[in-house]
Amino acid sequence: MNIVVCVKYVPDAQADRGFDEADLTTNRESVDGLLSELDEYAVEEALKLAEAGEGEVTVVTIGPDKAADAIKKALQMGADKGVHISDEAIRGSDAFATSRILAEAIKKLGTPDLVLTGMASTDGTMGVVPAMLAERLGLPQVTFASELSLDGEGVTIRRDGDAASETITSPRPALVSVTDQINEPRYPSFKGIMAAKKKPVETWSLADLGIDPTTVGSAGAYTEVLSVTKRPPRAQGEIVTDEGDGGTKLAAFLASRKFI
Amino acid sequence: MAEIFVLVDHANGAVRKTTAEMLTIAARLGEPAAVFLGAGAKEAQATLAKFGATKVYAMDSADLTDYLVAPQAEFLAALVSKLKPAALLIPANPAGKEIAARVAIKTDSGLITDAIDVQPGADGIETTQSVFAGSYAVKARITKGTPIICVKPNSAAPQEKSGAAQIVPVNLTISADAKTAKIVESTEKKSTGRPELTEAAIVVSGGRGTAGDFAPVEAFADSLGAAVGASRAAVDAGWYPHTSQVGQTGKQVSPQLYVACGISGAIQHRAGMQTSKTIVAVNKDPEAPIFELVDFGVVGDLFSVLPQATEAVTASKG
Repeated sequence: MNIVVCVKYVPDAQADRGFDEADLTTNRESVDGLLSELDEYAVEEALKLAEAGEGEVTVVTIGPDKAADAIKKALQMGADKGVHISDEAIRGSDAFATSRILAEAIKKLGTPDLVLTGMASTDGTMGVVPAMLAERLGLPQVTFASELSLDGEGVTIRRDGDAASETITSPRPALVSVTDQINEPRYPSFKGIMAAKKKPVETWSLADLGIDPTTVGSAGAYTEVLSVTKRPPRAQGEIVTDEGDGGTKLAAFLASRKFI
Repeated sequence: MAEIFVLVDHANGAVRKTTAEMLTIAARLGEPAAVFLGAGAKEAQATLAKFGATKVYAMDSADLTDYLVAPQAEFLAALVSKLKPAALLIPANPAGKEIAARVAIKTDSGLITDAIDVQPGADGIETTQSVFAGSYAVKARITKGTPIICVKPNSAAPQEKSGAAQIVPVNLTISADAKTAKIVESTEKKSTGRPELTEAAIVVSGGRGTAGDFAPVEAFADSLGAAVGASRAAVDAGWYPHTSQVGQTGKQVSPQLYVACGISGAIQHRAGMQTSKTIVAVNKDPEAPIFELVDFGVVGDLFSVLPQATEAVTASKG
């Protein structure tokens, strides 16, 4: 069974994240990045399924040069090969364009048995690319899985919502997104780190995918960022030490702010 | 006046507060028209009328509700293509965002998610989003197609405005292609009687410091009529369900008051609550990063501080 996992290289949330002043895009150059945490769960799930069913895991990412690190981490965990899509014209792409580029890449690879993704990126946090991919590829959308199993010709997941927990099933091939509840991503072993160095990684441009550069990136975006304003850091308020009256003081504060 | 569609957020006809908020926003932008999918349109009509809906486009069919997202997106896209509203507002919950995503592709339209404010602008509708764990505010607009905007809870104060809420039944045949991911079982969550986490005005959360005992956190929450949240550590330890998780990989909340109990305040958690209007923390560790964010903090044991606070709050309410 062949599985494609879409992953993203994102700025480290612990670092000072920000925007490029010139074009208001997310600053990806001067901040350290890494494989998005939520994508690790997707890679792990793909590896587990491939190990059980004798398949191959291909990791795909879109991003500037440094995004190769996201692929490298996935290969070190055990993925078999990688595809890195990189092109200056992709800069400033919205989810619409991102999903289109990923869809074309998946079609070029030959649509696999399963396309796996994380539930959302940890920088944009939109959570819409998986659904867009399903729409574009004409695949059943089986998303936000906290539990997953394959049965014969299909896939079954558990999806936990606020009101209810649902069991959802669909035939394969399918597009599946997973939450951070689904598994425990493995740490790359030393053997895995060494083996990753020999694994094939292809680099594709927009031309390789037959995509007109003016239809993606800032030029092709369907949304426009008007302004970004850094919020002043919160000023620290009063801190008291509990000396038998901490709770009373807390209630007094709430009263002063009219919460009670 | 152009119609602004609002996808009704409901549980079997019980309309959620987010719908009232979106109808209020819709009224700023044009004529609010509700879109109601599933059973219960008649039950919901009075509430939709109270917040200004002029019409309620409704369809009740197992085809819509027995399958995940795709049929609802197909219905909405068809309605948008046919009636050409000036914008479409959808709740920013997981299913809402996925529906919006697919409608965007079907109608070749731009999409903004997690808007915390939506206003008419000189050049079209302007949205505001809070990004990077609340450190930046971003203003944006949609430049193509029918603007599709997913709106977060607590983004507007619902304003009562009388509307006709005339129910307009719409019958569309849902394609076989949309009916591929079937919901074969649905187990309703037991209601705690507490407000829903993302909608609540007050949230009290517990973390590692509770050592698994959420009783003081829950009692304090109940004294305030608050929702109960949990840190990732608490959820991973199995002390509280994932749907209560506040943080980067859980829910992002922005209530009037957020009380963090026994939570250190690592960036993973802060990403989920940093934009709350007032933040309070109780933690044994004076060095806990959470204290950098607070309007008021107590360095102490939550097992002493919270019960005392609960008593004081309850007493003040007479």
